[in-house]
Amino acid sequence: MAKWSRFNIVSVVLGFGFLYLPIVLLVIFSFNESKLVTVWAGFSTRWYAQLWHNQSLLDAAWVTIRVALLSATCATVLGTLAALALVRYTRFRGRVLFSGMVYAPLVMPEVITGLSLLLLFVAVGLDRGFWTITLAHITFTMCFVAVVVQSRLLSFDQSIEEAALDLGATPVRTFFAITLPVIAPAVFSGWVLAFTLSLDDLVISSFTTGPGATTLPMKIYSQVRLGVTPEINAICTILIGVVALGVLVASIVTKRRELQRERDERAAFAAIG
Amino acid sequence: MKSLGSIRRSFAPWADPASKPFISFKNVTKKFGDFTAVDDLSLNIYTREFFALLGASGCGKSTLLRMLAGFEQPTSGEIILDGQNLAGIPPYRRPVNMMFQSYALFPHMTVESNIAFGLKQDGMPKADIAERVAQMLKLVKLEKFAKRKPHQLSGGQRQRVALARSLAKRPKVLLLDEPLGALDKKLREETQFELMDLQQQLGLTFVIVTHDQEEAMTMADRIAVMSYGKVIQVATPAEIYEAPNSRFVADFIGDVNIFDGTVATAEDGRVRVETAGGVPIRMASSEKLSTGARAAVAIRPEKIRVTRQAPQHAPLNAAEGEIWDIGYLGDMTVFHIRLKDGKVVKASSLNAVRAVEDPLGYDQQVWVSFGEDAGVVLKD
Repeated sequence: MAKWSRFNIVSVVLGFGFLYLPIVLLVIFSFNESKLVTVWAGFSTRWYAQLWHNQSLLDAAWVTIRVALLSATCATVLGTLAALALVRYTRFRGRVLFSGMVYAPLVMPEVITGLSLLLLFVAVGLDRGFWTITLAHITFTMCFVAVVVQSRLLSFDQSIEEAALDLGATPVRTFFAITLPVIAPAVFSGWVLAFTLSLDDLVISSFTTGPGATTLPMKIYSQVRLGVTPEINAICTILIGVVALGVLVASIVTKRRELQRERDERAAFAAIG
Repeated sequence: MKSLGSIRRSFAPWADPASKPFISFKNVTKKFGDFTAVDDLSLNIYTREFFALLGASGCGKSTLLRMLAGFEQPTSGEIILDGQNLAGIPPYRRPVNMMFQSYALFPHMTVESNIAFGLKQDGMPKADIAERVAQMLKLVKLEKFAKRKPHQLSGGQRQRVALARSLAKRPKVLLLDEPLGALDKKLREETQFELMDLQQQLGLTFVIVTHDQEEAMTMADRIAVMSYGKVIQVATPAEIYEAPNSRFVADFIGDVNIFDGTVATAEDGRVRVETAGGVPIRMASSEKLSTGARAAVAIRPEKIRVTRQAPQHAPLNAAEGEIWDIGYLGDMTVFHIRLKDGKVVKASSLNAVRAVEDPLGYDQQVWVSFGEDAGVVLKD
């Protein structure tokens, strides 16, 4: 391995410092004894303990988790179906338009997505609250799922589906017995991605929320306006932990799949050679 | 009586007008947009036949097979299998099974579950499935690998699993799409004979798609040579090789020397052709040819003799030339002989003995000659 030059060390330190210094500070101060956010007064976990007594914060956390679970699951189903349609039926009319429309939300400013959803909910007379937030989250996370699943489907050998049909499985059975198990890792990483995106969304939630449905990011944002408390630091640290865990799990699943494929290829080459 | 080729066939239902075809393609056409993959094709395949569809890539052979399996629907025409019109019957209700070129093994299932998959779809009792799977594993000699996943197998073993899986349901017809394409040469040759034995043993009808003529010649009872969606000739390997019906087939299968010319006389089953290079050829032929018509004589390299002296019948069926190239292949030697007019004739001779006294060499003046039944006369 090449030796680290001074230049490399400096650039790595700068880069990571830029990215993670704010987060590290936040995590450190969540363990601060003092009520003053900027003054260190010794290690303590009292703010974490206090979280358990902050009912409104706990309520918000509960709402967030329910929204994330429900919306991630629905988005995974819809996104997987969209990806299947896009990859399989390459000759249907309007395919380019359809695929463009699936991906548009990826680059759409959240403010616009939020606003348009709000207008829709008002127009159809839907009471805003838990369900409208969930619907909104399904909308904006499903395209991420579609992207992840589609990339897996592109390398999927379709003849294994034909083989299943040939052996007497109906198309529905083929999907559940063959297609789904094979693409399951991608579907799962899509779900994790949708879950974490839903978990930390602020803008779209703010637009589509109603009375009684406050998500954690919204709660934190509104409390910060009254001043940052160590309690906020604590809840944020927990949130960071959850999201980091999600990303970690998703990338481990992806990595394992890659390794699996490499092993398969090696085995195949060994068989040829 | 002489017969074509060097083997005797007792199995020839296609020659018997009383036998009914098992699979019939009737005026089948398949179009993909503007592209015609299969063009008004009619073909009969008989029970227990090992039938090969042979052609270059894009000739429509795979499309034909996929129509039989049910993955494609004919644009027009019909396909009859065992008296049943297959139109509108989805692949999962057809009594045929296919072995895929990529093997298409289910990567998340063990060898055992792969083989059992089709049987489960039929709702076969568990005990019977286990028994049949064991039987299939024994058939392809993979008993020790039952619990392995496909990626833990070699290419040859995967091929066997695919074969066992497609045979497990005892289909009426087994379709094989380039089944040996991914194997190396030695393994491929071994597997060819194994497939033939298996077909004999099980008494099934096999339809194989291949672009490898040796594979088709070795295994098949009959071969359909295809080009641009049409069948050019359907015949036994020997007939295809020794009596091609067209320049395309003569050229496509094996090596051939083609002499172009015009018919001088045609009588008593013999045709005299004056070739462009000035070699007069007399060939036995039952073709009805009129004097002055254009014709071509196709002669296989191994039927051409190379000698130092002029043969007795010279200049008829003989020409003088010089050895241009020699290819020593071990079992035989291929000579390229350049005639006076510049035409290069290929001749091959079997190396039946290990050492030869005074062998032929480069630049040597020689005569090439052939008998009156060495080749076929093709209409142009």
